[in-house]
Amino acid sequence: MTRRVEWIYGWLLLSPALVLLIAFTHLPALNTLWGSFFSTPRGQRPAKFVGLGNYETLLADETFWQVFSNSVWYAVVTIPVSVALALLMAIWVDGKLAGRGFVRLAYFAPTVLPLIAVANIWMFFYTPGFGLIDQISGAFGFPSVNWLGDPDLALGAVIVVAIWKEAGFFMIFYLAALQSIPPQLREAAAIEGADRWTFFRRITFPLLMPTTLFVSVNAVINSFRLVDHIFVMTDGGPDNASSLLLFYIYEIAFKFWDTAYASTLTVVLLVLLSVLAVGQFFLLDKRVHYR
Amino acid sequence: MNFIKALSTTVGAAALSVSMGSAAQAVDLQFFFPVAVGGKAADTIQELTDAYVASNPDVKIDAVYAGSYQDTITKTLTAVRGGTPPQLSVILSVDMFTLIEEDAIIPFDGLAKTDADKAWMTSFYPAFMDNSMTGGKTYGIPFQRSTPVLYWNKEAFAAAGLDPNIPPATWEEQVAFGKKLTKRDGNGNVTQWGVRIPSSGFPYWLFQGLTTQNDVILANDAGNKTNFDDPAVVEALQYLVDLSTKHEVMQPGIIEWGATPKAFFEGQTAMMWTTTGNLTNVRTNAPFDFGVAMLPAHKRRGAPTGGGNFYIFKDSTDEQKAASFDFIRWITAPEQAAKWTIATGYVAPRPDAWETPAMKAYVADFPPALVARDQLEFAVAELSTYQNQRITSILNDALEAAITGAKAPAEALKEAQAQADRVLSEYR
Repeated sequence: MTRRVEWIYGWLLLSPALVLLIAFTHLPALNTLWGSFFSTPRGQRPAKFVGLGNYETLLADETFWQVFSNSVWYAVVTIPVSVALALLMAIWVDGKLAGRGFVRLAYFAPTVLPLIAVANIWMFFYTPGFGLIDQISGAFGFPSVNWLGDPDLALGAVIVVAIWKEAGFFMIFYLAALQSIPPQLREAAAIEGADRWTFFRRITFPLLMPTTLFVSVNAVINSFRLVDHIFVMTDGGPDNASSLLLFYIYEIAFKFWDTAYASTLTVVLLVLLSVLAVGQFFLLDKRVHYR
Repeated sequence: MNFIKALSTTVGAAALSVSMGSAAQAVDLQFFFPVAVGGKAADTIQELTDAYVASNPDVKIDAVYAGSYQDTITKTLTAVRGGTPPQLSVILSVDMFTLIEEDAIIPFDGLAKTDADKAWMTSFYPAFMDNSMTGGKTYGIPFQRSTPVLYWNKEAFAAAGLDPNIPPATWEEQVAFGKKLTKRDGNGNVTQWGVRIPSSGFPYWLFQGLTTQNDVILANDAGNKTNFDDPAVVEALQYLVDLSTKHEVMQPGIIEWGATPKAFFEGQTAMMWTTTGNLTNVRTNAPFDFGVAMLPAHKRRGAPTGGGNFYIFKDSTDEQKAASFDFIRWITAPEQAAKWTIATGYVAPRPDAWETPAMKAYVADFPPALVARDQLEFAVAELSTYQNQRITSILNDALEAAITGAKAPAEALKEAQAQADRVLSEYR
């Protein structure tokens, strides 16, 4: 009897979140999967079942492969660099230094700014001729560089912006974790004669692993999710050199109105993200020490 | 709690407005408009709409600022697909085929009842009507239309030993002037470029200026066949690439569209190609004496038109369609068109607007405003096809590949033509 009441009680507690998740996440995802097997309806022509036709188009789509490799590079560079930088900054501002509050604020500021505003600021940095970077390098006699207009540099230029934006956010988590490490450990290590590097490698870093897991899951998601600055800075150009998967999906869906193909691309992104998330939890979880 | 309260208030207000609407028998119109230039444009649209509603109390117009051109077509098509389209909207003239294909709009011909209505439909510059008609029917009415022009820095011309009052008239002169205007410092780094033809985002538009000057068109009138691999198109692209690589009078790589006026003000470039929509901006901000000219000619003079048209949407009542028609006829009348041009720099779309006293006073004070109008005689329709956004993207990618040196012009355009053929073959 009480068991049954508890059961109902549990489901009632779950239901608000469950309803929202099903309505806004799971049903649209299934709908997208379903839609990827049909052609795009246009005006008088209704959608017709095409089976795996959209997936065949995808495999033959050179732009997709370019965008896919861009996304992989973007993730491979952004994730480790922003996490490492965040850890470094956190350790730096965790120590005793003059103006600590100000430095923390400065590191966190990029997180507070909207990405669109950030992109506009960086546009000015990157502008050839009178942009900040060119003005500084020009003072030393270096030639002007067209950062966003060169296909070899554009992706790197947007990666730098993403790292700049992300590192400060992750730093906050590391800082909180660092401050929860009991000071006795440091004292004990000092008595044992451990140097700072050994202390970091043997004690601090392992204790930070839960935070690292959390931060890296976030970093992976963000590396596929944060594309706002692409719209402002390069519009995916030149010749798709800085286009990312989510940006390409938006372009196909809301510029070309090819909703079926956009659904197909979305399915690919969903599968990719699921594999990454599952992999991270199963692989990294084993190496995380929870207290 | 607050959410529930807000929700019930909204529902209540919606119910109220529905009942009021039916009681007064007023025609409600929803009108989407984009703003692609400074903030003053939105105020002017609101002013004009208010003036119309004041003299037509039986019509209520809800003018909705819908963002950029891209945002506006996205919002409109989403609304159309959701079954609640606006009654009228200003959207890029080149999106006409897309709107027809979505079965979203109706031609104006069926709504023109009187001879005066029919005369009004033929009162616009023919260059603007090219992008507004297909299959003998008029689907768009020109409103915020533009065309690219050449701006030049008279002080830089004088400093380079050129006549400050004579802009380059041909492609060759543009290169020759550019060579004199390009200045390098001791290290060989350029401090001032000769010319700037921006290529970010939508390079096809200014490129169409070059192809027109080379006497070739990019797509047929039916909008189902492109002409990207024509030798004359390749030649035009080669000229654009050569400006940076061979003649070294233009900054290499992709040139940012938005930073172009700023580069001009800062003296980074002595000449720039950009839209007439920037005229008021340049007039306000250029710290030196500047001139405005038609784009340089090659085999002929030429430029594309650009900008937005009015469209009327299909899924509305007959009263709404008639009221939309009347409003569009009013807002494009000479006095209103003149007011709009003076506020923004867009080209008034009909000859009689230029004869109004307000417009005459404006051009007497600021003659460069006339250049864009005079160029219309040589202007052609902006590239517009079925699946327009996709086709222009294909061309943009090819242009960017050639400009950045990733592909040779002929190769890039040949590939673009093959891709465009694959998309357009089902429309032939």
